[in-house]
Amino acid sequence: MSETLVDTQKIDASKRTWLIASSCAGAVGVGAAAVPFVSTFQPSERAKAAGAAVEVDIAGLKPGEKMTVEWRGKPVWIVRRTPEQLASLSKVTGQLADPDSKRKPDEFTPAYARNEGRSIKPEVFVGVGICTHLGCSPSDKFQPGPQPSLPDDWQGGFLCPCHGSTFDFAGRVFKNKPAPDNLEVPPHMYLSDSKLLIGEDKKA
Amino acid sequence: MADFKEISPNASAGAKLTNWFENRLPTAFDMYKVHMSEYYAPKNFNFWYIFGSLAMLVLVIQIVTGIFLVMHYKPDAALAFGSVEYIMRDVPWGWLIRYMHSTGASAFFVVVYLHMFRGLLYGSYRKPRELVWLFGCAIFLALMAEAFMGYLLPWGQMSYWGAQVIVNLFAAVPFVGPDLALLIRGDYVVGDATLNRFFSFHVIAVPLVLLGLVVAHLMALHDVGSNNPDGIEIKATKGPTGIPLDGIPFHPYYTVHDIFAVCMFLVVFSAVIFFAPEFGGYFLEYNNFIPADPLKTPLHIAPVWYFTPFYSMLRAITDEMLLVLIACVAGGAILGVTKFKLPAIVKLVIVGAAAAVIAMMLSIDAKFWGVVAMGGAVVILFFLPWLDNCAVKSIRYRPQWHKYLYAVFVVNFVILAYLGTQPPSAVGERVSQVGTLFYFGFFLLMPWWSRLGESKPVPTRVNYVAH
Repeated sequence: MSETLVDTQKIDASKRTWLIASSCAGAVGVGAAAVPFVSTFQPSERAKAAGAAVEVDIAGLKPGEKMTVEWRGKPVWIVRRTPEQLASLSKVTGQLADPDSKRKPDEFTPAYARNEGRSIKPEVFVGVGICTHLGCSPSDKFQPGPQPSLPDDWQGGFLCPCHGSTFDFAGRVFKNKPAPDNLEVPPHMYLSDSKLLIGEDKKA
Repeated sequence: MADFKEISPNASAGAKLTNWFENRLPTAFDMYKVHMSEYYAPKNFNFWYIFGSLAMLVLVIQIVTGIFLVMHYKPDAALAFGSVEYIMRDVPWGWLIRYMHSTGASAFFVVVYLHMFRGLLYGSYRKPRELVWLFGCAIFLALMAEAFMGYLLPWGQMSYWGAQVIVNLFAAVPFVGPDLALLIRGDYVVGDATLNRFFSFHVIAVPLVLLGLVVAHLMALHDVGSNNPDGIEIKATKGPTGIPLDGIPFHPYYTVHDIFAVCMFLVVFSAVIFFAPEFGGYFLEYNNFIPADPLKTPLHIAPVWYFTPFYSMLRAITDEMLLVLIACVAGGAILGVTKFKLPAIVKLVIVGAAAAVIAMMLSIDAKFWGVVAMGGAVVILFFLPWLDNCAVKSIRYRPQWHKYLYAVFVVNFVILAYLGTQPPSAVGERVSQVGTLFYFGFFLLMPWWSRLGESKPVPTRVNYVAH
């Protein structure tokens, strides 16, 4: 460490003030110029327009079957649950993280799906097949009973292959799994008994 | 500015040409001296000192092969997968260029991990080489970004779902997360917009940053001088000429040394390219030979091997693990307040900070903390120069048990890497949780444990036996 102090130079205060002011003005200019560049990262108008609703005919869907349709680039599952599968919902209530879909209901569960089966018609479940953890698509594990990666008292549902989150037949997440929320139920409505519109509901 | 130098009229044509350039671009000649012919490196470098040069070689391989791949690749969600297969099957020798690039990515991480471990062994990050280490860590970070974005480009199933998972990590950030993820993707799911911007980053932006950082890393290194396996400052013992007695010029001594290493490396590298380019699914995952399908996640998805230790730590943070972490934070704060003599105000700050962290841990999802753990595992490396309090730099003069501790650290890192390649399981989860605690404990407790034990005396001159 040097003991001698550096001479403090005489500062021309008026020049310094203008230097600071023009530097600040320059910084504002650079910041403003960055806005259009960063804005280009946003979804384009075309991407926004592609989010239209999808019409699906579910007449051919037999009990215990699942079909997948694409809506906004995401897989949407439609499952016609069997009476046994519906019965399993109340058996697992104690093991679920959020059995009544109370967490962030506006984001994940529309008002008409805030029931045990998270559906309009009890047997038909409509859900976005994207895990709420990190966006993988869970796979079907409809067969009850012990199997790899699943508990021995497994009642049937879905298993996310990425991080092992499990969901029941209503897309409700089990406790102590990485996924924080139940699967999203998209806005949907019935146009007729077997025609389903995904992406729009009555209030819209 | 240097004065103009005349040369004798009877000098050779070569000498005249050299003189012509020296008068017009003296900087180039100065740089050659500073970085090559008059850069004095310690004479006791061992095997561990080849990986810096090899990393440079791999960088050059990646840039050259990358330029040729871009000539045939199409960054379009509808065409990308096909164009990579076209390179593999129809472009003359295209398969070789592509395998060099894909194997080069893995080779880069092999070399860089070994290079970083060398720094850890010999205390190369310590004063006055903190900036060398910081630039190096920034290179590692840029390399991870480069590798991640490059992996999306073949647009296979693993490309697609890997990107989907990692981009969704950003969505876990409280408040701004979902908008941030949207801004990165440019669409509501990973799609054409994402592919295009990743292509731009992978091909232009990140390589430029990477090159700049490599220049900064080397300049900082050559300003302070290289460390060595003994951790001795060779500049402390200079001869009458002002040259370190234990130093030898980089060229020709270490250029020859490194060319030998390059030959050995290229033997292994070529063997992988020609006989095992997929490396059993570790370098190129089998699922990536299936085109991306946004409606179907492969049954088992895992990142490429070089990300798996960090991926394991991400998976290790569950609600149960959070309780353990809360206990760690609380325990640390209590220890800090009761064991050390600190001013009351500092103690108050410690308690307040711990309470705030615990409150956040209780209110924000485990998912976010998984992301924090994964990022923190890389970021903590930046702080290494200020965490190590050992009296000596090199492992050679540290207490014996430090060696065992480093061995456990390496084994733990390899176990975490292995678990990250495996599907989730109850046992694996427990092991990775213990491993994560050890990884962070190793660094966070380093200020304490590195001070313990008796260091051996450090000689003034390096250990060197002439061959």
